[in-house]
Amino acid sequence: MSQTTTEKKYETVIGLEVHLQLNTATKIFCGCANVFGRDPNSQTCPVCLGLPGTLPVLNKKALEHAIKVALALNCKVNPYIKFDRKNYFYPDIPKGYQISQFDLPIASDGYLMIPLADGAFKRIGIKRAHLEEDAGKLIHDAHATGSLVDYNRTGTPLIEIVTDPDLRSAQEAFDYLHILKLTLQYLNVSDCDMEKGSLRCDANISIREMGAPNLGTKAEVKNMNSFRAVKLALEFEENRHRTIVESGERIIQETRLWNEEKAMTFAMRSKEEAHDYRYFPEPDLVPFTVDQSVIDHVRQSLPELPQQKLKRLTDQYKISEYDAAVIIQDPDIANFFEECTKHYAETKKICNWINGALFQELNARKMTIKDLKITPQDLTTLIKKVEEGVLNNLTGKDTLKFMIDSGKSTEEIIQEKGLAQESDDSVLEKIVDEIIAANDKVVAQVKEGKDSAIGFLVGQAMRKCQGKGNPKKFGEIIRRRI
Amino acid sequence: MITDKDVKYIASLARIHLSDEESALFTKNLEGILHYVGKLEKLDVSKVEPTSHVLPLKNVYREDVVKPSLPQQAALKIAVEKHNGAFKVPKVIE
Amino acid sequence: MKLNELTAHEILDLIKQKKTSSGEVCQAVLDQIERSDENVKAFVRLNDQASATAKEANGPVPIPIAIKDNICITDQEVTCSSRILKNFRPPYDATVIEKLKKSGAVILGHTNMDEFAFGSSTENSCYGPTHNPWKLDCVPGGSSGGSTAAVAANEAIWALGSDTGGSIRQPAAFCGVVGLKPTYGLVSRYGLIAFASSLDQIGPITKDVTDSALLLNIISGTDSRDSTSAPFTVPDYTKALVNEVKNIKIGIPMEYFIEGIDPEVKQLIVNAIEMLEKSGAIFEEVSLPHTEYAVATYYIIATAEASSNLARFDGVEYGLRCHPEKMRKNPLVDMYEETRAVGFGKEVKRRIMLGTYSLSSGYYDDYYLRGLKVRTLIKNDFDKVFENYDAIITPTAPTTAFKIGEKANDPLSMYLSDIYTISANLAGIPAISIPCGFSKDGLPVGLQIMAKPFNEEMLLRIAYSFEQSTDWHKRKVRL
Repeated sequence: MSQTTTEKKYETVIGLEVHLQLNTATKIFCGCANVFGRDPNSQTCPVCLGLPGTLPVLNKKALEHAIKVALALNCKVNPYIKFDRKNYFYPDIPKGYQISQFDLPIASDGYLMIPLADGAFKRIGIKRAHLEEDAGKLIHDAHATGSLVDYNRTGTPLIEIVTDPDLRSAQEAFDYLHILKLTLQYLNVSDCDMEKGSLRCDANISIREMGAPNLGTKAEVKNMNSFRAVKLALEFEENRHRTIVESGERIIQETRLWNEEKAMTFAMRSKEEAHDYRYFPEPDLVPFTVDQSVIDHVRQSLPELPQQKLKRLTDQYKISEYDAAVIIQDPDIANFFEECTKHYAETKKICNWINGALFQELNARKMTIKDLKITPQDLTTLIKKVEEGVLNNLTGKDTLKFMIDSGKSTEEIIQEKGLAQESDDSVLEKIVDEIIAANDKVVAQVKEGKDSAIGFLVGQAMRKCQGKGNPKKFGEIIRRRI
Repeated sequence: MITDKDVKYIASLARIHLSDEESALFTKNLEGILHYVGKLEKLDVSKVEPTSHVLPLKNVYREDVVKPSLPQQAALKIAVEKHNGAFKVPKVIE
Repeated sequence: MKLNELTAHEILDLIKQKKTSSGEVCQAVLDQIERSDENVKAFVRLNDQASATAKEANGPVPIPIAIKDNICITDQEVTCSSRILKNFRPPYDATVIEKLKKSGAVILGHTNMDEFAFGSSTENSCYGPTHNPWKLDCVPGGSSGGSTAAVAANEAIWALGSDTGGSIRQPAAFCGVVGLKPTYGLVSRYGLIAFASSLDQIGPITKDVTDSALLLNIISGTDSRDSTSAPFTVPDYTKALVNEVKNIKIGIPMEYFIEGIDPEVKQLIVNAIEMLEKSGAIFEEVSLPHTEYAVATYYIIATAEASSNLARFDGVEYGLRCHPEKMRKNPLVDMYEETRAVGFGKEVKRRIMLGTYSLSSGYYDDYYLRGLKVRTLIKNDFDKVFENYDAIITPTAPTTAFKIGEKANDPLSMYLSDIYTISANLAGIPAISIPCGFSKDGLPVGLQIMAKPFNEEMLLRIAYSFEQSTDWHKRKVRL
């Protein structure tokens, strides 16, 4: 059977569960600092260590953050919520249960729109989002006699965001994650850093015959450390499922772990138990009501979300959807852009500089725009200098580089480095004359009407003046002289 | 009817190793107690709300203000076994 | 009279008159422990700093107090009388301990209890049983039997207990002392090692009602560390100590006087009612129609919560850790299962099994959820009675103290000894047990008074009035 007929015959069904650590100052149920990267077990207290007799008290900020997330994902914020205990044994949960939400989560029935290749949008349903406490960190050492537990992470506030099984390919899953992360970054409720584990993603995947009413047997895939890994793992699983189904065998429902090195998933080694979590209402926490006034207040305080911003930027600044899409990838960049437009009206040119030279410099330095010493006004001053012909594109980019490194203004850099474009006509004419004298053959070609030959001469002239000339001006002089 | 198999399943959920005698005893005890609590089935509770909390309290929070944590040494003082600043447990197989 | 036989208010008067000192009082108590605890076995652990603390005590209430072995004291071992918590020393004080320390109280040590408070006899303890000071071959009741025995034996002036289904009141009745279970939410549970979180309350165990009010004044109040602690302005409970019950309406639930009640106990309760009636209280029969379901409801809810609360005792962080000789499943699961098999006693395992079962997949609705719904019905019964009555009076327990070992192999009959006390926990209401006489063979009997939520003042007022016209509380055990 060929690949194309297979693809027609089966449909992939994917649902994602994203765990997001909220960036509150303290943990969800105690006053320990919610920080990453400290010495093991240095950010704990009797409450998050689960010591007997201790009791949880909810961090108000965690609930506020969760409401923000719920609204940004177009969810219904439930007016009455409670916490439940999810009971299971694992060394990283010190109480023998995790405080989570079972039947009355903070949010349900939302959606996120993801862009498709053809420019249309697809609605991905958000089944629910609930608040819970993070577990500690287990350190496995292949050669050691035991495992080690660090409880610093225990009690970090988490929101778990569960999609409906609406995703139909690994690419859609990737796109969903991308939009989700962007949306969450806009809300400023998490640093969304997959490497640090502040955003984690598990996937459920199954395949079924096209048009089949029921879902196929699913596999749960874990241990992906990047969006790319999610995509690769899902592509791997998709193929694995197809191979199994086509060979007439049955898929086993199981949890599989993605192995980054081998680029494969493997069934978990430990024997899986029935998921009998014995949920029941957490008696140590009272219920919470979320009044409409609170929801309205949070809604009003929501920042502009990526898809809204995209539309506004294209409308307001008449920039292309592509440019706007690049700019909104980072809300700080978008803000930087909008600040720039206050100082300079050529929005398209600002876009080009930000999406081109500025991104290049940031990437080269592994910096974000927040780390930058230069202001939007600095950048527009630079762009203006280039447009006025004081700098050319090349020296302009060099100037940007120096500005970023030194934090000095455009003018200071031009002065210091002598980068200002040579504008004394007699100096330029002298250079042109020298170039004409040294390139007989090319000059002859120009005379024959071959325009591209002028380009060569301009290049020579630019080199001669170490880039400080204006190529346009050189072109004019060359034409005049020949 | 509680079977030996039920008791073994419950014991494994509760992470308690039972001897054969205990298993037999608890099968008998659970049977008896469940028979006794079965009297609740006589009541029609279809229109009754459950009481998880006896006080009508709601919305009890704390502000997001950092309080000092235990120093690492104090946290580890209670540890059964420790290594390199961490609690040590038997090897976990994933 | 010896100092250790006095009440706290008597001692405080003597201290005020400079006739004694906190150091002397503490010494008298320690001497008594030395004399009699070998036989009573109320204490599982003594605080070696008690004497020094007493001598330096400068708080307003330097009274020696015994603490049940499920309340955390910084750096003091606390075990809930279980092997599984051996050597566990919490790095924090329970809120009630903080309050006691601030008031100058002298902590004598931890008292014996049924393991994790699962029991009504203080026999299920890894330290062995506590003996009833009135009759050493009888149980002191439980689960706070160590605390009530210590007070009855004059080995402590005060004690703290915890009450989930009667664990303060029933042993108080068996030992002839005053035991009060406050309204759920009045006393912080922070630092009380949980049995059933929605039912547990810490409460005072004292020699008389006045002391009960004094100790309640110290331990009650809102606590920001306990989400279930009520935002309630605590009154001065000593102001409720008024000898006046005229026109107070008291209900007698007919369901409490039907079967299984010892005739001697019944007679003493009837006598008590008559005495209060003579003082002007108005008694009427009332109905709490769901009473017969209380024990079943309680055992479902309490064991379910307990199965979860006790999951943290797994050998990972602290306490006991055991490994089987031969590998059974894998190193980690083997450790869990062996630690819990060795660390927990039979009754604890039994209750964890029951609780796990009623929460497990397929049974939740039939057991746990149904239990929570019947709890609503039981609570409604009380709400209804309290619309027309100020209080309810019942026996505290259907019998007097039974013999050690008598009910050890019959869990259900043991559970039924809590039949009169359980409902107050389910309904969250306050209840007190006070001595109301002795059986022919010299065992104390307790009278239980229940009132509306947060109306501890009504309990104390009725109890105080009763106490003023009787002298049961003044009888002393000589050991």
